[in-house]
Amino acid sequence: MRALVAVTATELRLFSREPMTVLFVLVLPVVILYVLNGVFGGQPADPSVWEGIGAVDFYTSAYVALVAATVGVLTVPVHLAGYREQGVLRRFRASALSPVALIGAHVVVATCVATVGAVVVGCVSVVAYGALTPQDWIGVVAAHLLCAVSFAVLGALLGLVLPTARAAQGLGVLLFFVFVMLGGAGPPSEVLPDTLARVGDALPVTYGARLLRGPWLGNGVDLQAVAVISGLLVACAVLTAWRLRTDDRL
Amino acid sequence: MATAVSVQHLQKRYGPTVAAADVSFDVSDGEIFGLLGPNGSGKTTTVECLQGLRHADEGRLEVFGLDPRTDPAGVRRLVGSQLQDSALPDRLRVGEALRLFSTIRPGGRPWEAALEEWGLGDQRRTAFGDLSGGQRQRLFVALALVADPRLVILDEMTTGLDPAGRRVAWDLVEAVRDRGATVLLVTHFMDEAQRLCDRLAVLVGGGVVATGTPAEVVASQCRSVVVTFTVAPGSDLGFLRSVAGVDAVEQDGGGRARVTGAGPLLARVGHALVCHGLEPIDLRGELPTLEDAYLALTAGDPASPGQEEAGA
Repeated sequence: MRALVAVTATELRLFSREPMTVLFVLVLPVVILYVLNGVFGGQPADPSVWEGIGAVDFYTSAYVALVAATVGVLTVPVHLAGYREQGVLRRFRASALSPVALIGAHVVVATCVATVGAVVVGCVSVVAYGALTPQDWIGVVAAHLLCAVSFAVLGALLGLVLPTARAAQGLGVLLFFVFVMLGGAGPPSEVLPDTLARVGDALPVTYGARLLRGPWLGNGVDLQAVAVISGLLVACAVLTAWRLRTDDRL
Repeated sequence: MATAVSVQHLQKRYGPTVAAADVSFDVSDGEIFGLLGPNGSGKTTTVECLQGLRHADEGRLEVFGLDPRTDPAGVRRLVGSQLQDSALPDRLRVGEALRLFSTIRPGGRPWEAALEEWGLGDQRRTAFGDLSGGQRQRLFVALALVADPRLVILDEMTTGLDPAGRRVAWDLVEAVRDRGATVLLVTHFMDEAQRLCDRLAVLVGGGVVATGTPAEVVASQCRSVVVTFTVAPGSDLGFLRSVAGVDAVEQDGGGRARVTGAGPLLARVGHALVCHGLEPIDLRGELPTLEDAYLALTAGDPASPGQEEAGA
């Protein structure tokens, strides 16, 4: 526990020294939100798209989930794969600082960053575009934390499986664009061709957005979304633990 | 003396590659023990298995009575190590790294002391990525020692250090031992092994071919001593052939003579020369060094210089 605290404090400090990463994770969603709201913001609720709610309300939860997913699949795996490549993980494993503490620290840092991003996106949406404030605060916070931790653990798994930081970067950017385009943060799924809409239905970020949207709009908990995101968390945690235990070349 | 580390019949394969075929040695508590050998001879694999970083396929390993396979966390609390091919995050500063690794054992020596000890006082706020090779190496050794380990594993500690830096590192390794820790030193440098090691093992092709004190290893391999001197060209040196221990006497056209043999050759040859009225001012004896013994031991090894350590 002491090791986790020490490593987390160190990792937070390291993250703050990477201005480009901070910019990408926190500013890009706001910019896209600005563009989309500029295009669609004025439209009234239309039963044929955005699940029948206003564009701003639809996109706000989608972007809060997108920030968490981006931090998870982009920054966490790039860092961990880089650590493996350079021998940082070996350095930790050889000392009494366990790699579990290092991975735990990355999950905590990713969750913190996702939370800052969620607050930024939420505030911009509410203040600048008149989105609804969360109707069920506890539900929104819980949904956000579950979402952020699950994507961070997915990222940890990717970071332990992908061969290099470069590979992690490539896959992360690819996933980021797929998430933006098909995960509810881009064109509404109702206007997407069938195949693409089905791909969107298979993306975890879609369920992250639905997980948040329920309590945010006061529509209760989306149980299917809870099940999918929790399942993601458990599966990734088990695979990460297995990977750490079995591969002595990490 | 109590045994700090015991390795018995260690075997480790990476796929078809045999990294350690049969490695056995014991390290006593409080000594500096050297592991020598060409690239690919299994040195790094052996120390990685001892730290629980890799799982040995066969054999018994013990570090202060703990098995690194079943209790890696317990072993790591007792061991400080400086690894080959390891790094720290580029943006991590020297002071932060030492503070982080010092949290392993609360109540140990303050990490700030290590900064000065290893000449890193001016680099306290320097990021790891901006350090020179020698500074990195010093930081790694400092990190290995910051939690006051009972066993310190140094894998090619002085690679990348300049000659002055190596001397400083050697003094510090002796200081570590004097503080009561046991040191396992993996090295390619024979002068380093000769200067530091109480005992050592030479590995070739995944097995131990010699163990003992440096002097014992030298004596086991190289029996011949060489005495050289210069006399007037054409001098008759035939009388030296009857000196006890002399095997051969050679003389070149310039009067330079070379006597080979065994035993206290310098004293005997010197005495014989003086008795025959010859007093060369450049009379010198060349004792075999650890390097000679090492080259004799590793002569048949197929690993060519520069080949990478298997699996490292």
